[in-house]
Amino acid sequence: MDALAPKENLITLKNAGVSQGGRTLVSGVDLTIARGEIVTLIGPNGSGKSTTAKMATGVLKPTTGTVTRQPGLKIGYVPQKLSIDWTLPLTVERLMTLTGRFSRSEIDAALEAVGARRLLHAAVQELSGGEFQRVLFARATIRKPDLLVLDEPVQGVDFSGEVALYELVRQIRDTTQSGILMISHDLHVVMAETDTVICLNGHVCCRGTPAAVKRSPEYLRLFGERAAGSLAIYQHHHDHEHHEDGCVVPDGEAHSHEGHRHEGHRHG
Amino acid sequence: MFGDFFSRALIAGIGLALVTGPLGCFVVWRRMAYFGDTMAHSALLGVALSIILSMNMTLGVFAVAALVAGALIVLQKQATLSTDALLGILSHSTLAVGLVLVGFLTTVRIDLMGFLFGDILAVSVDDIVIIYGGGLAILAILIFAWRPLLASTVSPELAEAEGLRPEASRLVLMILMASVIAIAMKLVGVLLITSLLIIPAATARRLSATPEQMAVVAAVLGAVAVVGGLFGSRTWDTASGPSIVVMALIVFLVSLTVPVTRLYGRKAPDGARS
Repeated sequence: MDALAPKENLITLKNAGVSQGGRTLVSGVDLTIARGEIVTLIGPNGSGKSTTAKMATGVLKPTTGTVTRQPGLKIGYVPQKLSIDWTLPLTVERLMTLTGRFSRSEIDAALEAVGARRLLHAAVQELSGGEFQRVLFARATIRKPDLLVLDEPVQGVDFSGEVALYELVRQIRDTTQSGILMISHDLHVVMAETDTVICLNGHVCCRGTPAAVKRSPEYLRLFGERAAGSLAIYQHHHDHEHHEDGCVVPDGEAHSHEGHRHEGHRHG
Repeated sequence: MFGDFFSRALIAGIGLALVTGPLGCFVVWRRMAYFGDTMAHSALLGVALSIILSMNMTLGVFAVAALVAGALIVLQKQATLSTDALLGILSHSTLAVGLVLVGFLTTVRIDLMGFLFGDILAVSVDDIVIIYGGGLAILAILIFAWRPLLASTVSPELAEAEGLRPEASRLVLMILMASVIAIAMKLVGVLLITSLLIIPAATARRLSATPEQMAVVAAVLGAVAVVGGLFGSRTWDTASGPSIVVMALIVFLVSLTVPVTRLYGRKAPDGARS
């Protein structure tokens, strides 16, 4: 595992878990993120992905186990869903300095990097879904974060936009060497770029490289035969996008498994 | 210039508007209008308790408004009744308890109408000192905490992930609102305070492209409403507090005729460099 490699770990979770009001949200998570590494958390709704990410960023304290962060770790966050009310006038330029002060040239550079510089003076309410995602990426990266946290970064973006966003994630990783923690429902494109996939369902079901996770029986048990069935559908796209080792879960698949307990699942 | 009651009213009203404008923007952005109303209604309870306990009225009103805000947070965490039902209960019961308590106060004669609708023409030099002292403190805190307050308004989870504390921001805003209510009650009364928070801010929205612009424009528009309302009330001999609110409404209605799209930036055409 990466944890054994002599790399600078930004974040280390050891057997970490959170219980609230007698209910265990997630338990026994081991996780490290190093510079330049992409770690993806997958799992159905309510499987503890967000809780795990919140432990990593320090928003939630673990009730069991430990979480250590590099001192002074700077985090950039791309939220899952951000709807900005019309009553709040906000241009892209102003959004860029939401949590910190940056010069005009820094703002230009960050927007340029995501191909959104022409949106500088646009009101955020006017942006399309894809444009807004790009701007949110730029906003998170302008901080030059050590760790970038992406919560369902491609939700609501069409397939070609999705490919473009993942390409952007790869570029950001290559140019900034920041660590990236991604939360995802679906795997079909991101898998190829991810160093470690952690499959959660209240605990860690399986982990490893995308290819290894795809073959793991726990993964198949969690996502079931329907995942395997839809693999063929997406394979077509994969041929085009050259992600041969991509592991496939269709959009919405995790939804259909909502509420299923891993232990009680019939496929296995 | 503090000599006659009309100039004192103008100075006090403008001072208040300069604070309620920017703070009111947060009330509009965070959809706290009903929440503000609830805190304002509790002010009458604050008045009654201050008299019973013979304490400073501004402090009493502030304390009760802050307590009501705290009570709401606690009740919200129980998550049994919806927030608007809780607000309805707190809003009307604090107002009713205040009215009942005021009725018991036989030793002191209370100008109930003055507390409900304000009496800006009766403002003293001491009141002006409180308004400007308190107002400057509120504005200073607002400016100092502006970035985290705004970030928490846009997205609490984003703010939290990037090291800010949205819960603290919420608390700061509640305390600032309780303070504004405490200093504004005498001027416009408990029933009209929130109008000075909401109407200028809502008017400013259509005229602004950034949050900061909106705050400044709201402050200016609030001052315009105060000046216009007071002169109107002198000319037509109408009640001063309601006249200010009516003036604010007129400015709002006029602003609706300004087309929004002309006022703020659109996307540059593809390939354009800005």
